[in-house]
Amino acid sequence: MAGALIAQPSMAARLTGARVGRRRTVVDRSMRTIAMGAAFLCAVPLAAVLFFVAANGLSALSLDLITKPPRALGIGGGAANAVVGTLQMVPLAALIAVPVGVLAAVYIAEFANSRSARVIRFCADVMVGVPSILIGIFVFTFLVLPFKQFNGFAGSVALAVIMIPIVMRTTEESLHLVPNSLREASLALGVPAWRTVLSVVLRTGLPGILTGSMLAIARAMGETAPLLFTALGSRLVNVGDFGRPMDALPLFIYVNARQPVDALNQQAWGAAFLLLLIVLIINVAVRARSWGRRIG
Amino acid sequence: MINRASRLASLAFGAIVVIAGCASPGATTGPTTGGQGSQPPASTGPSTPQVPSGNVSLSGAGATFPALLYQVWIEKFGEAHSNVTIDYQAIGSGGGIKAITQQTVDFGASDAAMKDEEIAALPAGTKILHVPTALGAVVVIFNLAGVDKTVIKNLNLDGDTIAGIFLGRITAWNDPAIAALNADVAGNLPATPIKVIHRSDGSGTTNAFTTYLATVSSEWKAVGAGKEVNWPTGDGAPGNDGVSGGVKTADGRIGYVELQYAVVSGLASAAIKNANGKFVSGSSAGVTAAAEGAVAAFPDDFRAAPIINGPGDDTYPIAAYTYLLVYQDQTDATKGQALTAYLYWALTDGQSEEKAIGYAPLPAPIQEKALEELHQITTGGSAIWPM
Amino acid sequence: MTTATATAAARFGQAASRVPDLVFRSGSGILAWVTVAILGLLAALLVANSGEVLGKFGITFLTGTTWDPIAGIYGALPFIVGTIASSVIAIVLATPIGLLTAIFLAELAPRRVAIPLTFTIELLAAIPSVVFGLWGVFVLGPFLSKTVEAWIVGTLGWIPIFAGPPFGVGLFTAGVILTLMILPTIVAISRDVITAVPDSQREAMLALGATRWEMITKAVLPYARSGIIGAVILGLGRALGETMAVTMVIGNRPQIPQSIFDSSQTIASQIATTFNEASIGLQTSALIGLGLVLLVITMTLNVIARLLVWRVAGPQGTS
Repeated sequence: MAGALIAQPSMAARLTGARVGRRRTVVDRSMRTIAMGAAFLCAVPLAAVLFFVAANGLSALSLDLITKPPRALGIGGGAANAVVGTLQMVPLAALIAVPVGVLAAVYIAEFANSRSARVIRFCADVMVGVPSILIGIFVFTFLVLPFKQFNGFAGSVALAVIMIPIVMRTTEESLHLVPNSLREASLALGVPAWRTVLSVVLRTGLPGILTGSMLAIARAMGETAPLLFTALGSRLVNVGDFGRPMDALPLFIYVNARQPVDALNQQAWGAAFLLLLIVLIINVAVRARSWGRRIG
Repeated sequence: MINRASRLASLAFGAIVVIAGCASPGATTGPTTGGQGSQPPASTGPSTPQVPSGNVSLSGAGATFPALLYQVWIEKFGEAHSNVTIDYQAIGSGGGIKAITQQTVDFGASDAAMKDEEIAALPAGTKILHVPTALGAVVVIFNLAGVDKTVIKNLNLDGDTIAGIFLGRITAWNDPAIAALNADVAGNLPATPIKVIHRSDGSGTTNAFTTYLATVSSEWKAVGAGKEVNWPTGDGAPGNDGVSGGVKTADGRIGYVELQYAVVSGLASAAIKNANGKFVSGSSAGVTAAAEGAVAAFPDDFRAAPIINGPGDDTYPIAAYTYLLVYQDQTDATKGQALTAYLYWALTDGQSEEKAIGYAPLPAPIQEKALEELHQITTGGSAIWPM
Repeated sequence: MTTATATAAARFGQAASRVPDLVFRSGSGILAWVTVAILGLLAALLVANSGEVLGKFGITFLTGTTWDPIAGIYGALPFIVGTIASSVIAIVLATPIGLLTAIFLAELAPRRVAIPLTFTIELLAAIPSVVFGLWGVFVLGPFLSKTVEAWIVGTLGWIPIFAGPPFGVGLFTAGVILTLMILPTIVAISRDVITAVPDSQREAMLALGATRWEMITKAVLPYARSGIIGAVILGLGRALGETMAVTMVIGNRPQIPQSIFDSSQTIASQIATTFNEASIGLQTSALIGLGLVLLVITMTLNVIARLLVWRVAGPQGTS
């Protein structure tokens, strides 16, 4: 009903018998056009970034880029150290962050009294806004300094710390959407609380939880700052040794972007293309479901 | 959902395994190859340090000045001894000294010898050996398109002019001071503003360059010399790679890097007026000439200063030694052995790699002294490579 | 929703006497409080380790203009100025564009236009910072130096703050990249806030004979004002903490910039570029002091923003 009214603004004017002056019409039309222009302007940066990353990165994308370690001057080398590093550190971070985030959200949504819930929720929201470089310093102090060794495990933990609040908040939101009737029915049947949560609530909220986890993973894949002081990076392909430095795609891009050798810059674009592709695919796949619901 | 997730997980794990398998030798974990390869006799005779058997992994960090050389060395050494993996992080001389002081790496690298305060900061009762490995030239690189839009490839500069540029006194490329030294391109010098790129990290290259500037310019003395200085003008970039990358990005930029970075980046470098009044470009020969002239002055504790304005028509005015920093007493016997063997290789076979990529090999007397120094490396009380 | 959860919690409370329930409940509780603990530990760590530099310099740590690790003098003002200046540029550029876009998406656009457009803008938020940096160094920087910067310097260069030369590296380029990075935040939250304005406000305005634009500016925006301010502050908070993209295009010059085209340095980029080789002791303490400053600023802004947004859109209004 409101929509019908909004769609025909001068209907109200006609109803009241007033006439909309020419100047006001001009202002109205031109501002609406400007607003539309602004909105389409916002679409340009994504296109611009995508275009240049694809244009420069596509030519660098090859099997060599993914399978060969860096070599002097980039000749015959690639980003295997980065690919392997990301493929290890991010899943480990998810392994830590998803259970912690989901269970923490379960606690806030299902068990905590409203004051505790508010405090924890507030802290999670604040954590989302903490600059990731400070998280890097935090994890450095506890997982690098005592051992005098930069290591991939510290990198994973830093990524996990960034992921936990994201998983927590998105999980909490999807848990709130689970109808209470389901909980009550389960309890009425004599199912204990913990099983109700696991089998009924979580299972129902699973799509939302997966969405949040995937978005958190996509975010973790692209993070550089927290890895600078934890995993440090390495030219070597490190498989399985979380006690030593590991490289990652964002670190690789950061280092190779500033190199004076064209071949290495090309590899940076190639790695960026790879990273962007994966991150965007995850985001598109995950959001495709939800934006239809949110708009309108 | 769960099935899809577990399928994804196994796919990812499989991908890791495939990629690790495809990655060329040098992975820190993998099938044990064991033993040494068959080698040129220089490295494996009974009177030379032996590479230990079994997998050994060494980590080092430090100067970017010799990083291009070390990358080649690590690859070549790795081909000869595939059971030894060496991870070198080029984070600048300052970072290298810090890392070896904190013992977060097995060896450090720096072109600036450790200062007295830095030596005092070492853990009590330990001693660091400065092992010189190579010499390099610090060249002034620039990215400049002339008025006629062609790239300017040759410029003559002298100490005064360079100081003026890096002090921010000379701000445009067509400044009379620059034109005066370059009669042939003076007409082509554009009005483009000069942007200085310097190091943002603690750097041995900066140490050599600022020592030169302090020597040739009284104005620069206020800024001083060292691994880090308060730059009057310009942007900071990390590492020799960052500076050369930064200069390469846009027209009008100037910076200072080790010679090989100029070569690999394709950037032009200036011919600098030396003590004999000749304009000399950076080259292995020019550095060798400088080094030979300074052999007599080489200190016993190996902490040599940059070689500035050496005599000779062909001498390049800014040259510096670069060092690997290792603890005299190695706590890990296997690593100590591998390290000593690597250092021996670097001081012998490795020297022949240097000229091809613009570094200069150690003068014979210095090479001898460095080899002798290796006898000092001990583990568990006894020398790893006895005399 | 909260009442229902409270009821459920009460019900679960009754069932919590069983051991597995207790284990599950306390286990998840411990994990929930872990987040709080991490935040607390982080703050405590930063405070503790900046003690050395703050003890030595006191308030001059914040007001000093010289950052000299060699002489051991640490004044953070150049980085504070750089951080704030680059973020202000981003806010100045992103707020009008973001607000207009949010208005368009929430009020004016038909669904089949709004959905893909919203989607595109949200995807902008997914681009990793380092990819923005790479693009900034090789594409945006050179482009800006030849077009926008050259034009501004040409026309306004006589004003010191717009003085050239337009190098393409520096505060302005960093500000533009930050604009792109915070646009999605401002657009999304503003849109949520605008959507939350009750229709009665709109209908009333229209009934009085307003044009659509007048309805928006006179009824919707004033009602949503605190939420929109909250959106902008959240965007500001994000800009202040952004590290990689800024580090790659800002020039890394630890001096107070005189012009928006000068090179500069932010707190985050100073930490990123110098932490690993900072000498233990005063220099590391100084960098951690910088981190503390950054944490305080971003946390404060975050809290204020969320309170403002909650007022209009409710606790779920922030994403």
